Order: sequence, then C-alpha cells, then structure tokens
Amino acid sequence: MSDSGRRGFLGTAAAALAGVAIAPGIRLIEIAGARAPEEAASAKVRWGMLIDTAKCATGCADCVTACNRENGLHDTGRPRTDAQWIRKIDLKDLRTGRQHSAPVMCQHCAEPPCVDVCPTGASFKRADGIVLVDKHTCIGCRYCVMACPYKARSFVHENLTDQRPAVPRGKGTVEGCTLCVHKIDRGDGTTACAEACKAAGHEAILFGDLNDPQSAVSQRLREIPSIQLRSDLRLNTGVRYSGI
Amino acid sequence: MLRLAAALVVVIAAGLSLAYARTDKPVVVIERPGQCVEATEVMRRDHMKFLLHQRERTMREGIRTKAHSLAGCVECHASTKTGSVLGEQGFCESCHRYASVKLDCFECHASKPERVAARAKP
Repeated sequence: MSDSGRRGFLGTAAAALAGVAIAPGIRLIEIAGARAPEEAASAKVRWGMLIDTAKCATGCADCVTACNRENGLHDTGRPRTDAQWIRKIDLKDLRTGRQHSAPVMCQHCAEPPCVDVCPTGASFKRADGIVLVDKHTCIGCRYCVMACPYKARSFVHENLTDQRPAVPRGKGTVEGCTLCVHKIDRGDGTTACAEACKAAGHEAILFGDLNDPQSAVSQRLREIPSIQLRSDLRLNTGVRYSGI
Repeated sequence: MLRLAAALVVVIAAGLSLAYARTDKPVVVIERPGQCVEATEVMRRDHMKFLLHQRERTMREGIRTKAHSLAGCVECHASTKTGSVLGEQGFCESCHRYASVKLDCFECHASKPERVAARAKP
C-alpha cells in the first residue's frame, strides 16, 4: 500500500471508530460516569481500588509524590509529625525471601471503625463509600487515629499556609486519604496515585466503581484472587490487594 | 446653666467624633461588580448562612455547585493586587476586622484562587 493510500485508510478507520464510540444519545459525561455538580453522591456507586502488588515496584514512590502534590501536603522536614495520606510498605516473606511492596492508605471501609469512635460525627462515610473527615466538626481528639487498623489517619500539628483550594486542611484536625474526592466529584474518574502509577508504567493501582460489574476494577476482581487487609476485622474495605 | 449645657454638648460632640475616628471604615472594593450570586443587601446580611448551608451540602453529599461556594467567593473577590481576600484591604478581612468578627475560614481554606496560588509557587 502506498503511503498516501495507507494514510487515507487510517483516516477512514479513525473516523469510523469515532462514529462507533460516540453513538447518538450518548454523551461523554455518561461514559465517564460523572455526576452533575448539583447531584448528590449516590449509594449506587461504591468507589474502590485494586492494588496489584505484583506490578508495584519496590523503591518507586510516585503514588506518594503525586498524592502530596495533588493534596498540597508539604514536607516540613519533620517526618515524625508530617501528615501522611499514603505510604509505601515493603514486605518480605522470611521463609522464601520473596520481597515486594505496596501502597497503603485509607481503605475506605464499609464499616469504618473511625466513624464508630468519632465523638462529634466528624468522621463519616459518604453515600458512595468514601470515608472523610468533616474538619468543621473535628475537635482533634484523635480517637480515629487510634481506632484505624491501617494507620491511615494523620493529625495536623502546625499552622498551614498555601492549601489547595479544592483540598482545605488545617491545624488541629485529623485527615487522611479522601480518594481524591474533589477529582471524583469533578468527574475525572481516577485518583492522583492511580494516575501517577499509570504514568510510571506500572498500573498497579486500578480505581473504579465496585458496584458496577462492567467497571475495569470489578472485572479484574472477578478474574484474579484478591484480599482485604485485616479481613479478620470484617470491615469490608474498598481497597483490595492482590499478590500479598 | 446655659453655659454648662453648651460645654456638655461640646464634650459629647468631641467624644462622638473621637469614637468615629477610632476604627477605620472597611475598604470594600468590588472589582467585578454586578456579578454576585445574590443582591448586595442579601449577601451582607446572610453570606454566612449561605456558606454554612453550602458547606454541609458539599462536605457531606458531594454537591459542588458554584453559586454559594467559598471557592466561588474567593475566585471573584480576591484582590487583583494581592491575589487574596485577606490582608488589611482584603475583601473579607477588612469588613470582618471592622465588625470584630473572627474569620477562621482561611485557616484551612485557600484565600487565593488556584491560578494565583499556582503562580506564587517557586
């Protein structure tokens, strides 16, 4: 096939594909599963993740860096008190010597212990399964920090400046992974950590709707064995792991 | 008697003028007039109610309409000079200072719109 002929064919093929992808009556917003801004989060959706530890690279912390950038978390040079929404943990099987690593963050439990213990109702679970802290009512007692089996909550010890407009944070309150709720509400359909992992070529973090059987994360969960961390606690976590 | 009354009036007038001189009037600079989500009188009296209502809807339910959102206020009212709603002549702070009402929104929320904040970063 001559060069121009090939180009012509590709152009026609691309046009045909575009026609299939955007059929009449289907808007892009529906494909992305985005809500309108005036629509409340619904229990029809449950946001979650599947973390494939076989794909997660030891020594790579792109998800952590991306999380910090997205949510305006800065390094103060005092790591013991710095807020930490996501962390990388290294695992080693002492018998076999197999080493691997995985990111751990708020597991967005269906039965969250942090919500059970909160004395003011600040720690709550949104309809779509995202566990959040309402900092307007948080009194900074840190019961949730103690209750969380995943060490996913941090306390803000110092005055902060230059917060991101979409991510308010302040001294005297507890915070943790929000599953990039501002991105979800915007209709991005992904989180900063999942994006960064994909950009790094690992694709170890798969984000999506656990209630939708057609979503990539649900399909993958059907195909491969996965576990919940501390499944003995029966918290029904939204974040699942495979390969641990 | 008349002299005494006159002296009293002078003293009271002086006192009043002093009282007025004590606090500076707030500087209300509206850089984009006529685009607010409610009438000025309504906003002056009730902006805190709108914000409280919107905060619950956004935080708890994920409803992120622009109209009564704090980020929306900041987006429009941030000074073109400082890029912020805070500061002596800032839209929020100047009035709150005058009325002696504590303004703690911005201990957590950004007082600058995203684009200004992004530009300020090194």
